[in-house]
Amino acid sequence: MLTVEGLSSAYGRIAVLHEVSLTVAQGEIVALVGSNGAGKTTLLRTISGVQPLTGGRILFDGARIEHMPAHARVGLGIAQSPEGRQVFGPLSVEDNLRLGAFRRQDAGLAERLAQAYAMFPILREKRAIPAMSLSGGQQQMLAIARALMAAPKLLLLDEPSLGLAPLLVDQILNAVVSLRDRGMTILLVEQNASAALAIADRGYVLETGRMVHQGAAQSLLADPRMRAAYLGL
Amino acid sequence: MAEFLQLLFSGLTVGAVYALVALGFTLIYNASDVINFAQGDFVMIGGMGTVFLAAAGLSLPLAAFIAILAAVAAGLLLHRLAIEPARGASPVALIMITIGASIFIKGVAQIVFDKQFHSLPAFTGSDPIALGGATILPQSLWVVGGAIVLFIALYLFLERTLLGKAVLATAANRLAARLVGINVKVILALAFGVSAAIGAIAGVLVTPITLTRYDIGTLFALKGFAAAMVGGMGHPLGAVVGGILIGLMEAFGAGYISSTYKDGVAFLAILLVLFFMPRGLFGGGSVERV
Repeated sequence: MLTVEGLSSAYGRIAVLHEVSLTVAQGEIVALVGSNGAGKTTLLRTISGVQPLTGGRILFDGARIEHMPAHARVGLGIAQSPEGRQVFGPLSVEDNLRLGAFRRQDAGLAERLAQAYAMFPILREKRAIPAMSLSGGQQQMLAIARALMAAPKLLLLDEPSLGLAPLLVDQILNAVVSLRDRGMTILLVEQNASAALAIADRGYVLETGRMVHQGAAQSLLADPRMRAAYLGL
Repeated sequence: MAEFLQLLFSGLTVGAVYALVALGFTLIYNASDVINFAQGDFVMIGGMGTVFLAAAGLSLPLAAFIAILAAVAAGLLLHRLAIEPARGASPVALIMITIGASIFIKGVAQIVFDKQFHSLPAFTGSDPIALGGATILPQSLWVVGGAIVLFIALYLFLERTLLGKAVLATAANRLAARLVGINVKVILALAFGVSAAIGAIAGVLVTPITLTRYDIGTLFALKGFAAAMVGGMGHPLGAVVGGILIGLMEAFGAGYISSTYKDGVAFLAILLVLFFMPRGLFGGGSVERV
């Protein structure tokens, strides 16, 4: 579904990604792990089109999209829940969700809204209050739910567990698995590598802007080098 | 009492115009962080455009409509040719660009129009209406009524339509707005277009009272900027309250102290606000969760 080939990206003159390649197939969870500053967020932003690339190709459903503007990529079915709970603070929770469907004003909107509330009932309770008055965990749920409102084919999740209590981490990762079970394709970026690989089908390891490992999630989890370097085991 | 009422009416009338200009500042500032000092020139385009089109034989409503469209076109061009190419520049650089644009618009207006003062006939007669010992011009009612209609229309647009919410979302978090599929460029152009329309409508409404000339925009921009600062830059309600406050202070200052210092009142208000509550009346403490 998604193919990234030889992708490079830079902030000004500082290169961040060096010819990175990865693929995500229909219906799988792919985990992208690596330490802080490895370029994981940059890669997701480049796929979404909010960070320019300096080389390489991005194919989505076989068509090249690397020069498409960000809003058109959302229209194609790529939605992202960005790192750091980037919600629309002054707007209500429900307005945040409705804006998630900005490119998909169709008959399914009401149903997706109901699904979002069913997945995170606390959001229904707080639907009328400004998003900035939610707790960190609730804002994270809102960011994920907002991305789902676009009914994406491919969901990009950037650090969904960052800074959350362990119980909430489990709740969010369970939600990710249930999305995959319903047929969604997910590219998951996590610093918490063991948690991400535990629910993923395949994994990639990014290190200072280069892909250094890839493979089935289970074999990455069992790899002694991985265990020492990333999993803290 | 009669004098007080008289000053109150005139303060409210001019305050409504300042509030509209301040609202234009607010809309553009929210969507793009740009403080657009060409905002006053939209007022001029609305007034002068209507005067010259009406003189060319068009009916007043049609002339006003075309003049407002011309201002919208100027706003869109300002965004496309001056602001968009400089995206990512510092706020000070962007402010200088808008000041440059303002000078440019005045230069063009001198050539297209002329350097004389002009006026428009009042929309519905000019017989003053007596009220509590004071009088009020019918045109003042047009100004205040028009301002109220515009406020309500803008409020409904921002709060009740998806496109309006997209403007608010872009103001709140541009990255997130792009990630949900909002075309931020279009939203910014929309903010410039709508601000220009608001300014031009204010210009059409107020020209029968205050006269207009190619360089009238500077004063409106400064007063509107003062109003937006007093209310708290970026707050629509603050812009309205700030505009009316500045208008009332000017009228009462001119009536009870001296009309010589009328134009100084707005700047005194800015200084006081910056000294004592730099976020403005509605700015509050900008608390953000991290």
